[in-house]
Amino acid sequence: MPNAKLMQGNEACTLGALAAGLEFFAGYPITPSTEIAELCAEELPKLGGKFLQMEDEIGSIAAIIGASLTGKKSMTATSGPGFSLMQECIGYSSLCEIPIVIINVQRMGPSTGMPTSPAQGDVMQARWGTHGDHPVIVLAPGNVKECFELTVRAFNLAEKYRVPVIVLMDEVIGHMREKVILPEQSSIKVVNRKAPAAPGSYVPYAADPNGGVPDMAPFGEGFRWHVTGLFHDETGFPSNKGEVADTLLRRINLKVEKNEPEIRDYAVEGVDDCDTLVVTFGCSAMSALSAVRQARKNGIKAGLLRLKTIWPFPEATFDGIMGHVKRVIVPEMNLGQLAGEVERAVARRAAVERLGKVNGELFRPEEILSVITNGAARTAEASK
Amino acid sequence: MRTEFRLSGSGGQGLLLAGIVLAEAAILDGKNAVQTQSYGPEARGGASKAEVVISAEEIDYPKATDPDFLLALTQESYRTYGKLMKRGLIIVDSSVQLSDEIAARTVSVPILRTAAEDIGKKVVANIVALGALAGISGIVGQSVLGEAVRNRVPKGTEELNLAALAKGFELAKAVKT
Amino acid sequence: MSESMKYMRQGRLPHIWCPGCGHGTVTGALTRAIARLKLDKNKTIIVSGIGCSSRAPGYLDFDTLHTAHGRAIAFATGIKVAKPELKVIVLTGDGDCTAIGGNHFIHAARRNIDITTIVMNNNIYGMTSGQYSPMTPKGFLATTAPYGNVERSFDLSKLAIAAGATYVGRATTYHVQLLTDLIEKALLNKGFSVIEAVTQCPTYLGRKNKLGSAVDMLNWFKDGAVNVKAASALPPERLAGKFLIGELHAAPEPEFTEVYGNVVSQVQRKFDQFQGGVRGCEQNSD
Repeated sequence: MPNAKLMQGNEACTLGALAAGLEFFAGYPITPSTEIAELCAEELPKLGGKFLQMEDEIGSIAAIIGASLTGKKSMTATSGPGFSLMQECIGYSSLCEIPIVIINVQRMGPSTGMPTSPAQGDVMQARWGTHGDHPVIVLAPGNVKECFELTVRAFNLAEKYRVPVIVLMDEVIGHMREKVILPEQSSIKVVNRKAPAAPGSYVPYAADPNGGVPDMAPFGEGFRWHVTGLFHDETGFPSNKGEVADTLLRRINLKVEKNEPEIRDYAVEGVDDCDTLVVTFGCSAMSALSAVRQARKNGIKAGLLRLKTIWPFPEATFDGIMGHVKRVIVPEMNLGQLAGEVERAVARRAAVERLGKVNGELFRPEEILSVITNGAARTAEASK
Repeated sequence: MRTEFRLSGSGGQGLLLAGIVLAEAAILDGKNAVQTQSYGPEARGGASKAEVVISAEEIDYPKATDPDFLLALTQESYRTYGKLMKRGLIIVDSSVQLSDEIAARTVSVPILRTAAEDIGKKVVANIVALGALAGISGIVGQSVLGEAVRNRVPKGTEELNLAALAKGFELAKAVKT
Repeated sequence: MSESMKYMRQGRLPHIWCPGCGHGTVTGALTRAIARLKLDKNKTIIVSGIGCSSRAPGYLDFDTLHTAHGRAIAFATGIKVAKPELKVIVLTGDGDCTAIGGNHFIHAARRNIDITTIVMNNNIYGMTSGQYSPMTPKGFLATTAPYGNVERSFDLSKLAIAAGATYVGRATTYHVQLLTDLIEKALLNKGFSVIEAVTQCPTYLGRKNKLGSAVDMLNWFKDGAVNVKAASALPPERLAGKFLIGELHAAPEPEFTEVYGNVVSQVQRKFDQFQGGVRGCEQNSD
C-alpha cells in the first residue's frame, strides 16, 4: 500500500495546511485542537515558515491577519472558547478582505463546557459569530482524509475570494486516527493570491461591485496602501458615506453568495431513490452512514446527504434530491442548529425531524437507525 | 469482517499508545483501522479508554459498538466496561478480582506482573498487554506488530518494548493451552 | 517642503483631530525622526488600534494598518514575525494600549520583538468623548468618573520596563525636540521600544478638568516634567508631583525575530520527509 499511514485528524489538517502552502501559524493552546499547534511548531520552521504562540486567541488571529497582509498564507487553530474570542477579528478579516484559515475543533459548550468531549455546537457561531452581515466560508470534514483535503481547500478558497475560511472539525475527527493515503504533493491543486502587477495605479479595493474580488498587494512591496476596519471606499481609506458602505457590504457578501455553486461540496449515499433522507455533517455523519447502510439492509429506502460545505448553506442541493423524500432526519451534536437551515431548504416538501445529542458522546448508529425505522417521536416514546 | 477492541485502564498506563500501535500494525498488514479514545481531565490516574476497529472493508462508524475484545488493566475499568460486554472476550490483568455480575467470557493474564518482574519495567505493561491481546485475538502477527512498535515507541526503548511484546505473545499461548 | 512632509499622505489632510489636540505634534515628531533616519517608505509598516491616536496612520505614506481596538501590537507582531526585514511602528493611545490592549503590550515587551510603539497618552478616551482610561490621574473628572476617578493609574514606562521592553522613553508635546530624539533612538533599538508621548486633549480632559486651553495644558506639561538627567541631582521633595521625561531605559537584549530566525535556519529541511508523530499520547484537557 503506497504511503498508507495511520494518521490523526489534527495531524492530517496540519499536513493539509502545509501542502497548501502554510507559511505562518499563530495560536494558543486549547483542547482538543492543540496537536495542530504542536505540529506546526515542529514542522513549519523546517519549511522556513514561522510559528508563534500568542498570549491569547485574540492575539493569535490578529497575528495571522498581520502575517497574511505580508503575503504569507496564515492559519490558526482553536476550539469553542478560543473561537469565541476570535470573533471580532473574523469580522475584520471579512471586511478588510484578508485571507485567513481558522481551524475550530469543536468541543462541548457553552463556556469551558466539556473540553475533551465532542460537540457540533458552533455551526451558527461559525456563520454569525461576529457582528454585522459578513461573508464567511465554513467547511466540515467527515473523516481524517478530509481533514487534509478540506484544509487545502480552505486555503484555496480563502486566497481566491479573500475571505476567512473556517474548517469546522470536532473532537472525534480531530483525535481519531485512521488509515490515510495522502496524495502526492504534485497532484494537489494550490491556489495562490492574485497580486497586482506593480505599484502606481493600484487601487486596493477596486472590484466589480457585483461580487468582484480585488487584487491584494503584499505589505512591504512599495504599494503603500491603507487597511482599515472602518467602512472604506475603493482607495481603502475610511468613508462615512452610506452608498460607499452599501456598495462594499453587498460586494463582499456577493463574493460568496454568487460563487456558492463552486464552493458547494457534499457527499451522498443512496439518495437516488430514498424516501428517508438523513442530513448531517462531521462526526455525526459517520454514525449516520452506518445507520443508513443498516436501514438499507433492513429494506428501508434511506439515503444520506453529508455536507462538506456548511456555509454558504447549499440550499440548491436539496432541489436535486428531494424527489421521493417524505422524511428528513437531521442528527447533529447540538440542539438543532443545522436542522433549522435544512428546514428552510426543504421548504415543507417533507417533514424534518430533529435529532440533537448533547451529552458529549458520539451518536451510536442504532440511535439514528431507530429514528429512521420508527420516527423521532415514536423512538422517544419507546425509550421512556 | 469488523473486529472491535476496547483497551481500558487508568491514565498513564499507555493504553492510547497501545491502541495506536495496534491500529498501525493492522494498516501495515493491509487492513483498514480506526483508533479513537476517550479521556478525562487527568493526564495520570483517571479512567482511560482507547478503541480500535479493524476491518478488511471500509469502516464507517469509528467506535466500538459491541467489542470483540475488552482489555481491562484495572478493577474499575473491568467493572465499568465488563458489564457492557456481550459476545466478546474480556482479557483482564490477573490483579483484577473477577465478578459474578459480569457474564462475558473472561481470561485472566498476569500482564502487570510480567512487565514488572520479567521485564523489570512497569511502564511496558501496555506493550505486554498488546502482545497478549494480539496473540489471543490473532488479529495481527508478532512481526508486523513489532514493526509498528518500532515506529511508535520512544527512540532508544525499541528493544525493551519488543521484549515486552514477545512476553505478551507468550502469555497468550499460555491462555490458549 | 520639509523632509518630513514627504512621509505624509498630503491628499488625506486635513486630519480629523480637534483644534489644539497634541496628536499631530506627536505624528510630526515621528515623521521628523523617520526623515532623519531616512527609513524606506516601502519597507516601513505603521500599525494602529482604535481611538484618536490610531487615526494617524491614515495620514502617513507607508503600508498602513488600522486594526481593531487594542490589537495593534498583535497584528504588528504577525507582520514582524512573517517579514522580519520590515520596520514596524505601532501608534496607539493610553486606552488602546494599556486597557484593552494591555496583554499584547506586555507580551510584546517580554518577547523583545523589534516593534517601536508610540503611545499617545492624553489620559482619556477621546474618540468616545471623555471616559477615564487606565492612565487618567486619580481624582480627575471624566464622563464615567463624574465624582472623580477613584482608580490608580499605570506608570506606562515602568510597566514597559518591568515587562521587558529594551528601550523606553517619555516626552511631551511641549518637549517636541526631545520627543523626536527619543523616537529616533527607539527606532534604532533592535527590540521592543516604547515611547510614551504625553499629549493634550483640551476637548475632553482639558474642559472636564478646567485645565484651560491647549497652551495652558502644554504649560502644565512644561511645569510638571523633569528630565531624568536633572532628576538624579534633585532632592525627593523637589520631585513631588512631577513626572520624569527623557531616556528612561536602554538595555539592548537579543531580539525575538532574530533569535527565532536562527532556529528556523537551523532546522530547515524538505517537507517530504515528514513522517507523522505520536501526537496525542498524552492529551491534557483545558
